[in-house]
Amino acid sequence: MQPPDAIQPVLTGLHERFPEAGVQVGGHRGEVTVELDRSHLVAVATWLRDHPAARFRLLSDLCGTDYPERPDRIAVDYHLYSLDHNMRLRLKVRVSVEDPHVPTVTAVWPTANWHEREVYDFFGVRFDGHPNLVRILMPEDWEGYPLRKDYPLGGVDVQYQDAHVPPPDTRRYKGGWTST
Amino acid sequence: MSERGELEVSVPPGEALDLPPRPPARRITLNERRAQQVIATGGGDWAEVTARAHAAGDDELMVVNMGPQHPSTHGVLRLVLELRGEEVVSCQPVAGYLHTGIEKSAEYRTWIQGVTFVTRMDYLAPLFNETAYCLAVERLLDVEAPPRAQALRVLLMELNRIASHLVWIATTGMELGALSMMLYGFREREQILDILEEITGLRMNHAWVRPGGVSQDMPEGTDDKIRAFAREMRAKADEYEDLLTHNPIWMERTSGVARLEQERCIELGVTGPMLRAAGLAHDVRRAEPYCGYEQYDFEVPVAEGADAYSRYQVRVAEMRESLRIVEQVLESLPSGPIMHPDPKIGWPARLALGPDGLGNSPEHVRHIMGESMEALIYHFKMVTEGFKVPTGEVYVPVESPRGELGYHVVSDGGNLPYRVHVRDPSFVNLQAVPDMVVGGLVADVIAALASVDPVMGGVDR
Repeated sequence: MQPPDAIQPVLTGLHERFPEAGVQVGGHRGEVTVELDRSHLVAVATWLRDHPAARFRLLSDLCGTDYPERPDRIAVDYHLYSLDHNMRLRLKVRVSVEDPHVPTVTAVWPTANWHEREVYDFFGVRFDGHPNLVRILMPEDWEGYPLRKDYPLGGVDVQYQDAHVPPPDTRRYKGGWTST
Repeated sequence: MSERGELEVSVPPGEALDLPPRPPARRITLNERRAQQVIATGGGDWAEVTARAHAAGDDELMVVNMGPQHPSTHGVLRLVLELRGEEVVSCQPVAGYLHTGIEKSAEYRTWIQGVTFVTRMDYLAPLFNETAYCLAVERLLDVEAPPRAQALRVLLMELNRIASHLVWIATTGMELGALSMMLYGFREREQILDILEEITGLRMNHAWVRPGGVSQDMPEGTDDKIRAFAREMRAKADEYEDLLTHNPIWMERTSGVARLEQERCIELGVTGPMLRAAGLAHDVRRAEPYCGYEQYDFEVPVAEGADAYSRYQVRVAEMRESLRIVEQVLESLPSGPIMHPDPKIGWPARLALGPDGLGNSPEHVRHIMGESMEALIYHFKMVTEGFKVPTGEVYVPVESPRGELGYHVVSDGGNLPYRVHVRDPSFVNLQAVPDMVVGGLVADVIAALASVDPVMGGVDR
């Protein structure tokens, strides 16, 4: 899918300004995703916030997703919104669990502070330079990163009369509810 | 001997002694202090918190723990305040006490079952959560709900917005000493909940919006009830304004309090009534219309004060605008189906009240058991397995009563969501509390927090 026209100058500008950032533009259902190398994240973010054609002043959301089959399995998504031009853009940075370091964008968008703590809490991504990177929703002595795909949901086997219901995290529908 | 060459003597407390003036304590900026402080959700860290404050070298400083069980923290929110007398020196919100792991749980249920999870997050705005989630699923599926379903969603969302603002005005009134406001607010909210119950079957956590449409049509006669309510509610809103708008105590407690300028709002990601009270007429309903909001004529109320009083003005004006939308929806409500016609997406059954309680309607049961093998297969597949959603990821924002409520939904092509992340406006707006209260009085913390209108179910998810 072609990205919407309004955002085209921004994407062109990104390619011109940051040729070495590994910028890859993707689109799905009219949404534009820009994947880039983490080393250029802060520079690109600052440019996107300040450039008159972009003006992505509002960081709507920052979140993580785990893709265990990939070598760089944790994806960190930055959902940007431009109040001036009424357009959205998703920045995506991928890191591995062995080297889960992403530079913080709290200096670009102060709202990233809690979002980054949340992603650290649930995925174990270290945001370098974050002023206070501690867990935010889970207890601080919690072990593991609950939203990673290899972290079990928990729950117990249920036996009811003759039926056997596996715990929710091992439940898959394969012509009947069975454990994987 | 000290550096100044004076003899050091230990003085028992209480004895007068001419001490050289204490060198001024280096004022630690808020950011530095936040960077140093790690406050445990689990508690038991009080000695450390106070020791750190003491190490800042200011004997006047008092550390006060407000919450997590405090009547005006709007749920289980803990605020660690450092006070110098009545002045707030620093404030650190601690969240997480209501964490339920909804995002994780949603990954293990079908796309349709996801609705019942997300509706339990922001429990004052359940219909917004459901709609945003379903819009995200629909965008991934590349389908649209039929016009009647869209209009009904708008109708219920706007009623829900009024109910949410009523809870806000009621609880804020209670916290700031306007107790009658609490009674009024909950009284009118009850009427809305009755209407919602009549349509969805439940007062809260409706799970009424489904991917592809809505689960139930509006019963006969409910539209007249809503019209009557809208008429009545206008008069009630006037009553609230009579009670509060020029009330000197209310104004004293709110105007000029908890200021957050527009620039700072945007930096901190603050949206919704807080941003509009700072003078920016940004509303997702207007900027990126969904569910057919572009058809309805409504204003986006703004105020310029950027304080708690302006937020009150904006919310009251929003209630009136919501009433306008509700009336327009009732006028222009299209007829037709309420669920997507594709039997592989739309939930087939309607609920009906039978002799043994609520269940699938007798017509539907007759149809699948006696008339159509195909319909039976579709019903069976839908109920057991749900539907598959094409691979992809979307971010769908809606304008909830508290601001931009966004759903980032990822599908790997299966019948279970791969990832559901919620950008809850309460979570983001709560982060702005320190900015609003530092330098103010401790009593204004209550007004500031109330003006944010956080719902901890949404913050902690």
